[in-house]
Amino acid sequence: MTIRHHRAVGAFAAAGALALALTACGSGSDGGDAAEAVSPEDISAALEEGGDLLVWAWEPTLDKVVEDFEAEYPNVDVELANVGTGNDHYVALQNAISAGSGVPDVAQMEYYALPQFSIGGSLADLAPLGASELDGTYSPGPWGAVTDGDAVYGLPMDSGPMALFYNAKTFEDAGVEVPATWDEFVTAAEKIHAFDKNTYITADNGDAGFATSMIWQAGGHPFEVSGTDVTVNLADEGSAKFADMWQQLLDDDLVADVPAWSDEWFQGLGSGEIAALVTGAWMPANLESGAAPASGDWRVAPMPQWTEGSNETAENGGSALSVTEASSKKALAYGFLEYANAGDGVATRLEGGNFPATLADLNDEKFLAEESEYFGGQKINEVLSASATGVVTGWQYLPYQVYANSVFPDTVGQAYTGSTSLSDGLAAWQDSIVKYGNEQGFTVGE
Amino acid sequence: MLTPLVKERPHLTTLASPPAVPKTAGRMRLRTRWTGWGFVGPFMAVFALVFLAPIAYSLWLSLFQTQLVGGTTFVGLDNYARVLADPQFWDGTGRVALFLLVQVPVMLGISLLVALAIDSGRLYGRDFFRLAIFLPYAVPGVVAALMWGFMYGERFGLVGNFNDLFGTSIPDPLSSALVLPAIGNIVTWEFVGYNMLIFYSALRVVPTSLYEAAEIDGAGPWRVITAIKLPAIRGALVVATIFSIIGSFQLFNEPSILQPLSPNYISTHYTPNLYAYSLSFSGQQYNYSATVAIVMGVLTMIVAYVVQLRGMRKEA
Repeated sequence: MTIRHHRAVGAFAAAGALALALTACGSGSDGGDAAEAVSPEDISAALEEGGDLLVWAWEPTLDKVVEDFEAEYPNVDVELANVGTGNDHYVALQNAISAGSGVPDVAQMEYYALPQFSIGGSLADLAPLGASELDGTYSPGPWGAVTDGDAVYGLPMDSGPMALFYNAKTFEDAGVEVPATWDEFVTAAEKIHAFDKNTYITADNGDAGFATSMIWQAGGHPFEVSGTDVTVNLADEGSAKFADMWQQLLDDDLVADVPAWSDEWFQGLGSGEIAALVTGAWMPANLESGAAPASGDWRVAPMPQWTEGSNETAENGGSALSVTEASSKKALAYGFLEYANAGDGVATRLEGGNFPATLADLNDEKFLAEESEYFGGQKINEVLSASATGVVTGWQYLPYQVYANSVFPDTVGQAYTGSTSLSDGLAAWQDSIVKYGNEQGFTVGE
Repeated sequence: MLTPLVKERPHLTTLASPPAVPKTAGRMRLRTRWTGWGFVGPFMAVFALVFLAPIAYSLWLSLFQTQLVGGTTFVGLDNYARVLADPQFWDGTGRVALFLLVQVPVMLGISLLVALAIDSGRLYGRDFFRLAIFLPYAVPGVVAALMWGFMYGERFGLVGNFNDLFGTSIPDPLSSALVLPAIGNIVTWEFVGYNMLIFYSALRVVPTSLYEAAEIDGAGPWRVITAIKLPAIRGALVVATIFSIIGSFQLFNEPSILQPLSPNYISTHYTPNLYAYSLSFSGQQYNYSATVAIVMGVLTMIVAYVVQLRGMRKEA
């Protein structure tokens, strides 16, 4: 009995210590560490001295980067582990952080998930390590996503400025012009579906990433975060603009009700029955591999605009590499980050098909002049790079966006079944977000 | 009526009477006790590690609340109060209860029919049927759900092809009203063979002399089924029912696999298990998730126990 009792006390003490550790991390990242700045020489020294680094990432182009990095710094031994893609990765990371053991030194972070970990105090502020110097190296969208005030929680790895990918053959057959505005997009959707009842301008059955990016482009700021104070307003002007426009497509059944990344989705993209996608600049490689039958038919155009002639876009997807607060080798880890995402690693990843977040590469003549065979010889990088310069600034994700996105189908998704409207769905989503946030100890206002 | 036909068992107990224990051999008795533990020890150790410990840990977890901001606090039974008043939990529970009431009788009915058909001895290619019907059970549940997911596709799946080919308009099996029956269909397909095997093996144990006696008495095949076969396998029926009840309440694989194909119809709280999973793996609400799991476990135990009591009482 006594033994059991002791054990129980031990476990309780461990839980308490964990809570303390978490709070300690939380307050630490507010700027306490800023005093001990690390010079570039310290970073090089750490790289020369070497050591083991554990990196959790699923980005395939990192394999080659790690190989080259180890060749350049023979004393560093990098273990690159893929613990899952997206949510699986975050679950594993959250578990490791909660357990306080097995936490990697470096972790891949999608931009939407980064605040969840940075506000939780799990990511190291890279500003004292020299990351502030990199301001201006990256395009504004990704840089905005990894920074919070003066703090830098990761170095952008790739980016996803949005564009309109469309099947030129289907558009031609249907006699539809490429839409430059969202009004034209709605008209084009009607024409394409009228031309052939099995053909839709695009597929969407409720995707949180797409919806938030659309609201972003429309100038909405549904999530505003300052520390643990969160304001949610999914009925603001930008959100309403998106909801009203997209509702027209849903009402008239003009978008294919096919889940993204499903087998049906790829078949539709390959057959031309899904005629266009508004998505991130990382899409070309996926089209080439997943919709091979349509090779030569696809083209890229700027994202449709709310006001004719403007260039306002948003980011969709993309990720950064971050150093964890629990890492004992932050300088070494930062050395790897700099190599992979600001140094020689960038070129390696671009060769592998990554879309860059670095301005130098986005404006590189050779990169811009590349002709894509799949896209019928079009210089697609010109369009995609132009989109990167137009990303609307000031967007913020929730500090618990991973959870919020998981309940998106329960709420906004219901608008896609016809049982409610998009704006009511967004209101229901807001309710879930507010409820969860308050339960988790945030102060959530509406 | 049955008793005279059952062979009398030799009374083994009279042959192997317990050895007389000398009063003085206290140490001996102690050693004997420990010998017993030695045999059950390995089992008990594994049982404690993989069964009791997780339950104890879940119970422990369910008494706390961990917040992203603010850490862990002891909340007593608050989580339980919250589960009992959680509409999402009851939504999922109601759904699996409905599933249980419709799918389990259908599945067990088919299983019984097939088992009786195979046992009747009038089926040509009996072994082939037995194996063919059992085969789906050998397909892992996840693979089965994936496979059916492909077939259910309205646009490019088998359903779509069928509609295109014959000009029919079978509605999308993954749409709202049909998604639960679609899952029921998968589960039935998977488990008919398994339950059939339970019934069939129970039927094989019935002594053939009973059938001969029945035939002499002039009983037809239907009479044989209702008067001999069904009463004889009542125990197996109860066991299969309890397994199915547990299976229904724990419904997870099929909705979880089909969710990406039908995210707007299969919500994160579609079944209690799926709810617990979403709570812990996308919401990091491990404590609340543990509570949901415990409440669901208790509910399942109650229902299974009631069914067992009823089944056994009738048998007596």
